[in-house]
Amino acid sequence: MSYSNKVIISMVINNENYDDLTVETRQHLGDFLRDLGFKGTHLGCEQGACGACNVLVDGESVRSCLMLAVQANGKNITTVEGLETSEMEIVKDCFVKNNAMQCGFCSSGMLMTTYEIIKSKRKYSREEIREMISGNYCRCTGYQAIVDAVEDSLNKINVGM
Amino acid sequence: MDDLNQNPKLGSADRPNSYIGRSVPRERAKKLLEGKGKYVDDILLPRMVHLSYVRSPLAHAKIKSINIENAKKIPGVLNIFTINDIEKVCSPWQGVLGHLGEMRSPTQYPLAKDVVRWQGEPVVVVVANKRAVAEDASELVEIDYEDLDAQLDMETAMDKSTKVIHDDLGNNLFWTRTVNQGDVSEAFKKSHIVEEVTLNFARHTGVTLETRAIVADWDSSEERMTIYHNGQAPHMMQSIIAKHLNISEGLVRIISCDVGGSFGIKVHVYPDEMVAVAVSKLLKRPVKFVADRLESYSTDIHSRCHKISGKIGVDDKGKILAIEIDDLSGIGPFSVYPRTSAIETNQVLNLSAASYVVPNYKAKGTVVFQNKTPMCQYRAVGHPIAVAITEALVDKAANLLGIDRYEFRKRNLIPDNSYPTKTPSGVPLEDLSHQACIEKLKDMMNIPELEKYKKESLAIGKYKGFSIINMVEVTNPSPAFYGVGGAPISSQDGASIRLEGSGAVHISTSITEQGQGTEAVMQQIAADQLGVKVDTVRVTHGDTDATPYGGGTWASRGVGIGGEAVLKASRKLKENILNIAAVIMQSEENNLDVQNDQVIRKDGGEGISLKDLAQIVYYRGHELPPGTNAELIATASFSIEGVPFVFTNSAMGCLVDVDVDTGLTKIEKFWAVEDCGTQINPKLVEEQIRGGVVQGIGGALYEECIYDEMGNLTNGNMADYLVPMAYEMPDIIVDHVTTNSGRSILGAKGAGEAGTGGAPGAIMNAINDALIPLNTEVTSQPITPEKILKALGKI
Repeated sequence: MSYSNKVIISMVINNENYDDLTVETRQHLGDFLRDLGFKGTHLGCEQGACGACNVLVDGESVRSCLMLAVQANGKNITTVEGLETSEMEIVKDCFVKNNAMQCGFCSSGMLMTTYEIIKSKRKYSREEIREMISGNYCRCTGYQAIVDAVEDSLNKINVGM
Repeated sequence: MDDLNQNPKLGSADRPNSYIGRSVPRERAKKLLEGKGKYVDDILLPRMVHLSYVRSPLAHAKIKSINIENAKKIPGVLNIFTINDIEKVCSPWQGVLGHLGEMRSPTQYPLAKDVVRWQGEPVVVVVANKRAVAEDASELVEIDYEDLDAQLDMETAMDKSTKVIHDDLGNNLFWTRTVNQGDVSEAFKKSHIVEEVTLNFARHTGVTLETRAIVADWDSSEERMTIYHNGQAPHMMQSIIAKHLNISEGLVRIISCDVGGSFGIKVHVYPDEMVAVAVSKLLKRPVKFVADRLESYSTDIHSRCHKISGKIGVDDKGKILAIEIDDLSGIGPFSVYPRTSAIETNQVLNLSAASYVVPNYKAKGTVVFQNKTPMCQYRAVGHPIAVAITEALVDKAANLLGIDRYEFRKRNLIPDNSYPTKTPSGVPLEDLSHQACIEKLKDMMNIPELEKYKKESLAIGKYKGFSIINMVEVTNPSPAFYGVGGAPISSQDGASIRLEGSGAVHISTSITEQGQGTEAVMQQIAADQLGVKVDTVRVTHGDTDATPYGGGTWASRGVGIGGEAVLKASRKLKENILNIAAVIMQSEENNLDVQNDQVIRKDGGEGISLKDLAQIVYYRGHELPPGTNAELIATASFSIEGVPFVFTNSAMGCLVDVDVDTGLTKIEKFWAVEDCGTQINPKLVEEQIRGGVVQGIGGALYEECIYDEMGNLTNGNMADYLVPMAYEMPDIIVDHVTTNSGRSILGAKGAGEAGTGGAPGAIMNAINDALIPLNTEVTSQPITPEKILKALGKI
């Protein structure tokens, strides 16, 4: 019995090339990234429910627990450690100001979802924001502070548009 | 030194460095947000090995044989252990305490010995170089079981025909208690009306987003055990691990890094965590165990699981004469160590009727064993059951008498000027404000508008209901909670605070942080009391080597107990600073103060920075006169004395829409007025309330650990076990009444339990208010669409 089929893959992670990495075919992207030291990607359920492990794959948010590392071969990955655009700095400030995290375990995934919300460059109602972050569990805040933070971010980033 | 002159008045916002009562953003928030938090699973140590458990697939069975031969052959597997190996280094335990009457719970071993008693109980542990390899091998461990009857239903637990889980106990009773104040039978006879209701509360659990995790690292060179643990009470764990692993307590070090949510789930002793420590001691190398989500659902403590009947008698003027309750709870096969599984029921008995003047009160609690996951204390222990039964009875009585529900409560709530007093169960109460809270809540809710909205909605076939509920919340426990019963759980907390050579202030506190903002609050208290900027203060917590001894963070005790210790230590340090400054500045202490990191002269003139002062003390002590007491460190501790707990109180209300076609409940609005005494950081208080309310909504509407008739947990995953998500949750409007606790200088009470304790009763009463025109009601939580449709006779 062999549990460890291995292949060699390459990808770009946070604008840095990672070439010729050996990976077990069964390993999901979340574990793979964590093994490389990207600890900001948190695993909450490993079945695609909680959203804590969201990363950007070619700019789109993806559950890293539902994607095998081999499927990310040749892709461009952004983890929370690489989420450093000027717009995301505004978002982070809004999250801090609103205390839109308590334990922080859901936050990296929540930021990935927020990245997609602000990327669309339009305004949303609170109800729409609630719907858009409904793929991310948070057990601490009750969500209101996160909705406030996303709303604040949109207001700040969309100024002048 | 005269306290009144030198110590700043709390909450005077106009003076410099006034941080008590200010919503200062948490310093650590950005690091956590950016994924820079350090959680247990982030710890990597050289030679570290990983564990996977083979767990019982059955609710109740005899272990006939265990075959590990095939599993051992998997490359990467280092060892496979059963209880025969583990019990050589880890002794078993018993979840009983001595202060609440007889508790009957048998010895529990870290791995199942001979018999498995719940699905998920660990039986075998596989040690491998990777978790995935350990899991592969686990699948090849062959265990032959002989099925035993599973005792699942708490209602039949005491029947003669029911299988007894622990033979030597003779039956399935763990614990029972009765309370009898006055004469309820006589009072019911005299009552103008009597109403009754029976409520059911399903089992649910905490679902911390970070699962339980531990890294145990036995260092043979020092014979020391260092443990990275995402728990809530490091010193308790230190004591327990020392005892059961037979290591000197001083050689056990517990480090709690960032913790991804706890809610009471992570304050208990878990067999799989004890085994991880034992394996580290056996193999003399670091061992990591991180529960996966299925393990989390099937082995994290469950909570609730109550059936409670209540009866209320009221006179013709609408005054409550008597309340009687009878509660039954099922706790799984063992009482959980070391806090026991009696506390939730004990709280139900203490807290039912606790907001009201009830001259006659009788309560009975019965706690039985079941072949399900062990049940123990989770956020708002007992509160949701006590609040929901009381408030359901109050609503029923008011409705039957035709008295407005707010008015009925005003008549019966304990008056604000009557403290100190006692709960109907006899527990001391002080410094509460039910009347002021409900008054404020009524205005916030605008009840006439709600009545109008209900009426207009009904006219177009929409069913809206609203509720108002009152509650007390147990916070800041004294030794009466656990220590008196023999548990190694400190009711005292300590703080040590020092001025460093750089002029920075460093606190170490025995209170821990799981996201509430403990660090920020301690910084604020110290900065406020010392007269320094908040970012001058740094905090160390969660390390038994580096912090004073103490209880940790649970039962909403962090600010009220640990914060008071920081306040007292800060005042001592300030006194020392002023003493030294008076020598250096050739002034009287009374003419000096500290503001913005400077010692200033109150009458003007040149001051000295704390940095300069510290550097004179540390580097150039020869400049001070001989004999100067130049200590720039102070330590203090605090524990609640005189009362078993410091109670807080809240009033809550909500507005719901019940869709009578789909059975879906939508919460349109939720209001909460709470009184936690002095608020250090109002934003953090409000977020405790909001987060708590949403967990309460989870219990009320969604969350349930569903078992089949064989004792299989059928929804142990995040897709099938429903928790509140953003879209379904309302905005929650929070306001405050402030009645300081007289038990401390700070006057702070806790705030973490109220939302979770109050929301289930508020939701249930609002739904039942909406259902009044349809002449039906719901009495079982979670209140699923199916239950509403059944109540409506539609399915």
